[in-house]
Amino acid sequence: MPTTSDRVRLLVATKKGAWILASDAQRREWQLRGPQFLGNIVHHFVADPRDHNRLLLAAKTGHLGPTVFRSTDGGESWKEASQPPAFPKALPGLKGRAVDHTFWLTPGHASEPNVWYAGTSPQALFRSEDGGDTWEGVRGFNEHPHYFAWIGGEQDGTPDGPKLHSILVDPRDLNHLYVGLSGGGVFESTDRGANWTPLNEGCFVDFSPNPYPEFGQDPHCVVLHPKAPDVLYQQNHCGIYRLQRPERRWQRIGDNMPRDIGDIGFPMVLHPRDPDTAWVFPMDGTTVWPRVSIEGKPSAYVTRDAGRSWKRLDRGLPRSQAWFTVLRQAMVADAADPVGVYFGTTNGEIWGSTDEGESWNCMAQHLPHIYAVELGT
Amino acid sequence: MKVLIPTPLRSYTHAAQVEAEGATLAALLADLDRRYAGIRFRMIDEQDRVRQHMRIFVNGEQVYDLSAPLAPQDEVQILQALSGG
Repeated sequence: MPTTSDRVRLLVATKKGAWILASDAQRREWQLRGPQFLGNIVHHFVADPRDHNRLLLAAKTGHLGPTVFRSTDGGESWKEASQPPAFPKALPGLKGRAVDHTFWLTPGHASEPNVWYAGTSPQALFRSEDGGDTWEGVRGFNEHPHYFAWIGGEQDGTPDGPKLHSILVDPRDLNHLYVGLSGGGVFESTDRGANWTPLNEGCFVDFSPNPYPEFGQDPHCVVLHPKAPDVLYQQNHCGIYRLQRPERRWQRIGDNMPRDIGDIGFPMVLHPRDPDTAWVFPMDGTTVWPRVSIEGKPSAYVTRDAGRSWKRLDRGLPRSQAWFTVLRQAMVADAADPVGVYFGTTNGEIWGSTDEGESWNCMAQHLPHIYAVELGT
Repeated sequence: MKVLIPTPLRSYTHAAQVEAEGATLAALLADLDRRYAGIRFRMIDEQDRVRQHMRIFVNGEQVYDLSAPLAPQDEVQILQALSGG
């Protein structure tokens, strides 16, 4: 039986600004606040679990270059980073690269309260050691001898640019990091980013002559269980996978999804306490890759046995002619019991469930194209 | 000299027209950034290229080279180009 509940704040990043959707203690009433940064392309809006008042937001506009904004008062006021993520100036005569947008923000380890990581497009990893005010490239990754082989060419990225995402910090060890590259694959560091190795065994690629290369995969979303950090899952361009460390070979648990649904999608969300429970939101990855709800009938799927079986969760969702997409940062779970699961859509709706996905309600609509939904603190 | 600021950058200047100094466009942009921290990076990338959807005019002529010389009586106009929906 349900035992606990709490107020939830969802941080909503869209193509045209940021909003906060906040609940009452029972998660019944929701209030939408915003917009903030109206007109800005906000790729990620993230709360700091180490300091409840601190928020970071990655933004650019159609005209203006990419930057990061910081709040230390829960979003009441904002300051721009004095040195946003940027590539080094190229030597004379060489064509240098420029950050198009910061795509991903991750708070650092609990023992390093001012550390944050950022992933950008083009793919690069940055670290801030002062709460997001100044950012430096993680040279061990960005200048790795195999870096350009790992990230591939422009054609290897997503339509709006290749991205570094899913920056994961092992809660047991601040030196142990993972990142995901779209495209490029999953990479691991055990020395706080000084060196990296590919971690893609078992991950299928249907867009390469070699179906199981060392790197070059497209992990859409990689997650690590906070209470069982040896358990990783990923929703990949080519399937749903689970990895139990110290193993290095991913297991394709998406093979257990219904055949008519398949195992293609963007987001993957873990239960905060049970490492065997995970939610996905499949999309149409057939023919020309429409990337919309399959047959216009959106549904989440949940596994409660580490991927051996999956259950369809569509009660309350539209039954037909609903053609939205849920992007990789746009689905999240809260810490309540029963767990709340929430997702934002590319047509500006936010849907939520306070019974672990068994039933869904539309909590907001008419927002811009939603890029990310994260849990506030 | 007089610098005209487009609406996307007025969150930095809080004015449509400001004063800044510099013997070149690069020096002027550096002075603007000293006065309005962060404004330069929003229109010039880390390789010193004018960003794709920004335009800079000096006395009505578009300028692409940051080493272009400026005189105190020049008028610099920063404009936003079209950038999609």
